[in-house]
Amino acid sequence: MSVVIGGIVTGLPHPLLVPEQNPHWRRVRQGFEAFREEILAAKPDVLVIYSTMWPSVIGHQIQADPEPEWVHVDELFHDLGSIPYKFRIDADFAHAWREAALERGIHARTVAYHGFPIDTGSVTALKLLNPDNAIPAVICSSNVYADRAETLVFAKSLRDAIEKTGKRACVLAVMSLSNRLFTDFIDPADDHIHSDKDEEWNQKLLQFLAEGRLEDTAQLSRQIQKQIRVKKVVNFKSLWWLSGAMGQHNRYEGKVHAYGPIMGTGAAVVRLTPSEDGIGDKEFDEDDVEVFRGDRDVLSD
Amino acid sequence: MSEGTIVAGALAPHPPHLVYAENPPQNEPVAECGWETLRWGYERMRRDLDALAYDVLVVFSPHWQTYIGTHFLGVPHFQNKSVDPIFPNLFRYDYTLDVDVPLAEAICEEARDAGLVTKMMRNPDFRVDYGTIVSCHMVRPRWDKPIVSISSCRSHAYYSTEVMQEQAIALGQATARAIERSGKRAVLLASCSLSHRHFVTESELPEDMSKEHITNHNQYLWDMRIIQMIKEGRTKELIDVQPEFISQAITETDSGALTWMLAALGMPQLAGEVYAYGTVIGTGNAVVGWYPKGVPA
Ligand SMILES: [Fe+2]
Repeated sequence: MSVVIGGIVTGLPHPLLVPEQNPHWRRVRQGFEAFREEILAAKPDVLVIYSTMWPSVIGHQIQADPEPEWVHVDELFHDLGSIPYKFRIDADFAHAWREAALERGIHARTVAYHGFPIDTGSVTALKLLNPDNAIPAVICSSNVYADRAETLVFAKSLRDAIEKTGKRACVLAVMSLSNRLFTDFIDPADDHIHSDKDEEWNQKLLQFLAEGRLEDTAQLSRQIQKQIRVKKVVNFKSLWWLSGAMGQHNRYEGKVHAYGPIMGTGAAVVRLTPSEDGIGDKEFDEDDVEVFRGDRDVLSD
Repeated sequence: MSEGTIVAGALAPHPPHLVYAENPPQNEPVAECGWETLRWGYERMRRDLDALAYDVLVVFSPHWQTYIGTHFLGVPHFQNKSVDPIFPNLFRYDYTLDVDVPLAEAICEEARDAGLVTKMMRNPDFRVDYGTIVSCHMVRPRWDKPIVSISSCRSHAYYSTEVMQEQAIALGQATARAIERSGKRAVLLASCSLSHRHFVTESELPEDMSKEHITNHNQYLWDMRIIQMIKEGRTKELIDVQPEFISQAITETDSGALTWMLAALGMPQLAGEVYAYGTVIGTGNAVVGWYPKGVPA
């Protein structure tokens, strides 16, 4: 089958834990709620999350514990409270995805361990978008060393798995737009996007996404990394992954459900639905790649 | 109350592989062997540290990442399971530990007075990071000493290595002042590797030592250069080269752990006792002790 709906959501826990503390956080929460309705209406069989807040080193990891249950506390925002969770994971799909990844040369493994620390972003997204576990989920990590080829091929392997299992999928990237947090604690009422530059770039991304130009935004990733991303990993990869998973083109209907600051970062909830309309394809700068041929020992800092 | 003192500082790297290979009862996975050079180095350091009769371990961990300020564990007792998010196949560890909350609060206060952004972590459901757990386990597997755990605020990523170092130095000095006031004998642990480029695949048997080596020669050269400085007590130079070392060898000292520890010791022109150097999944790790008042015979 295919990807029937997708999008991006912020992974910071404020809309889940303390939406009342700031009107932006409340609007982001409402954005999650509106998106949830659309996801349910699209009737997906599986909800797939790529979390930028779950780093991995050994290839990519895919959550395959059928019923992970824990009480999560964010390492930074621990004072906002604890998050008890119990999720429903589609372990069979996780295994199918791993198989598909290996076939494309991607090193991937499933993880199913009691107490595995599911990241704040995935927990927040699942609690808000899938509160009663109506849709079984799968979560994957973001490899800190992976660059475009590996990320894109990993995403394509997800499409293979969707095809093979005949599922209707919802695919989500848990990510911030600009990701610069304030480096001091602020009064929640004073929250704002860290800089005008971050704000302008966020608006540009939202404009593209609202126009359904997913691949255009993905093609901008290296530029986005330079402009508005604190360099924690080698590159800004989540839109490569999302476009690879949904289809590398601009034929989408986009809807920005919410956008606002969370502790300085650009937090958004955006839905994308495959569509016959959209802005059409242009000539893209970045090469396409089908199979990952391994780490070429090109070091980047 | 007599004046507190830092009896030792240690470079105490935290690859979970080391605990895995030790097979302690707390860790669920079972290993056949592995990374002996580093583990035996830890054994020797442990003996020297134990002879110092210290009261508390103060550990700075790169795996508690707090982009807003430096955080300190502020709950007296923790009991939970730590599963490494990167190597869950190797590290699923049941821990129970005590925190020296008064000392943590004192360091937090000193650091705040020095102009740093700080916060006490008071949530009892919090899971202590595996960097803290591995370093403390390797230094004191009995867990009979309270710890203070300090986060890394990642100012290297947010600003630059220079800003990170400035903050780590201020934090180190604040740590020293608080320990002095506490009347306690403290051992400081900088929980980090040197060069830090991992392999991105793992062999079938993780402890297969025929597969273990440094990721590349560039990193090895850097690690050796750093170790030479350590052995010769060229501490100032060691700090001064960090910007190059961090960017060229992708090191874990970007967390500030090493700079913090050496600053707390007062940047002594003092040779470190290098107990071991070894690689873990391609990264370079050294086990080193600095003894400002000497090692007891
Ligand atoms: Fe580490």
